[in-house]
Amino acid sequence: MIGRRSLIGGLTLGTGGLLLSGCDRLNASPGFRGLLQGAEQLHYRSQRLVAGGGALAREYGRADMSPLFRVNGNVRPKSPDYLAYALGNFADWRLVVDGLVARPLRLSLSDLSGFPQRAQITRHDCVEGWSAIGKWQGPQLGAILRAAGLSSRANFLVFHCADDFGGVPYYESIDLNDAFHPQTILAVLMNDHRLPVPHGAPVRLRVERQLGYKHAKFVMRIEARDRIDNLHLGRGGYWEDRGYAWYAGI
Amino acid sequence: MASATTQQATGRGAAAPAGGDLVDRHRLATRLWHWINVVALVVMLMSGLMIFNAHPRLYWGHYGANPDPAWFEIGSRGEQGFARLGSLKVPTTGVLGVWRDPEGRIQRRAFPHWATIPSSYSLADARIWHLAFAWLLAVGLLVFMIASLVNRHFRRDLAISRHEIRPGHIWHDIKEHARLRFPTGEAALRYGILQKLSYVGVIFVLLPLMILTGLTMSPAMVSGWAWLLDLFGGRQSARSLHFIATAALVAFVVVHIVMVLLSGPLNQIRAMVSGRYRLPPDKGLRP
Repeated sequence: MIGRRSLIGGLTLGTGGLLLSGCDRLNASPGFRGLLQGAEQLHYRSQRLVAGGGALAREYGRADMSPLFRVNGNVRPKSPDYLAYALGNFADWRLVVDGLVARPLRLSLSDLSGFPQRAQITRHDCVEGWSAIGKWQGPQLGAILRAAGLSSRANFLVFHCADDFGGVPYYESIDLNDAFHPQTILAVLMNDHRLPVPHGAPVRLRVERQLGYKHAKFVMRIEARDRIDNLHLGRGGYWEDRGYAWYAGI
Repeated sequence: MASATTQQATGRGAAAPAGGDLVDRHRLATRLWHWINVVALVVMLMSGLMIFNAHPRLYWGHYGANPDPAWFEIGSRGEQGFARLGSLKVPTTGVLGVWRDPEGRIQRRAFPHWATIPSSYSLADARIWHLAFAWLLAVGLLVFMIASLVNRHFRRDLAISRHEIRPGHIWHDIKEHARLRFPTGEAALRYGILQKLSYVGVIFVLLPLMILTGLTMSPAMVSGWAWLLDLFGGRQSARSLHFIATAALVAFVVVHIVMVLLSGPLNQIRAMVSGRYRLPPDKGLRP
């Protein structure tokens, strides 16, 4: 009986060891990773069913706001152009809207305030697991896209940002469902003040049904594209190019 | 599946089964689900611990980040690793917070390399594993529930009678377990009340709680199903409950494995593989 038990114990430990190194090996195998990453399509389709179209992210009251909203990612872009804009309080800054649009735009901060505005107190959910609640205000992205005359060939909006990680520029992309969602805004105000630099001044994308890394900070240019697989490393965003899911609804 | 009832002993025709008989024990749906869960739960646990490593703090309510008070955290201070629950801080150097990787380098992540998938830090990879196997766990549970309604597994084996739930009966079963006296003969075909309570608790409480609290952390899910946020009191509360339910499931698995080892592991494992179980012979110990 003892022999049997130590046999089972040995088998359990051995299986555990195999499992550990086996998982790392599977993790490195492109075929297996591809299989696991196929679940992203399931997430996208099922969540568009549950929360597609008009479903709104929860909006909170003032009393629910985080006392201190955590700063994450890059705190201050290093590019000389950006620093010059920041020094001038972004008076000379222009948001470029181009790509597959009929009328490319160059919008100043006061131009942006001329579009229909939306204010919302929402929860920012980081992929790491933490959340912070803050108030965001700015023009709805959909109104800007309509003003630019978005082409029917456009499938994605790409956000080119002023910040970089070790020289690799930050960028993000969303589809048209998110682009025209009523809560998708270009936030220029945060908690009733001009958006601070560490939170993405002068403009931060809010795409409330997805995780924090989709909410591009320091947005310089919005480009309408038919495809994103021919841009940078081809997965549609800085973190996506480093293994994170493009669809970040979960 | 050979859908012989559990009551039917083989080798003795229609006579009541007795100790020593080889009988049909577990249905095909139960056996398949059991082994799918072995894989799914191990992967979910180990990839989940890696995801926890990305932010090893837990909060109550809708928001919670580094500036906010955490009710539980795993961290490090200098060379010391610690786990803190409320105001109770326990040193955990070597296991949690501060540990050495296989190359001997000191790492300052919460859970150590041997407990996580993958073994070296990657939130992106852990999420790929966790969110793919989550489908296996959730769809598996749903299919098992439907199958167990159809094949009457729930009704026949897990339903708890008014007689069984009496404190006296439960206390009797606790004493029998403590003395390591397990049912023999035909009685071994039926689950005891402690077994029923733990299986019912896992199938109908813990696993649904894991799945729903997991979905509550998804910003898209709670845009469509806002009731999830109200049910659990916010995303951070759901994350805390997800972690607590994990601990409860791990405790179940540990006790489950210990009970299998104590009650004839090879016979039990065979019953969960082939469905065939040899009834423990009567030893004349039972009153």
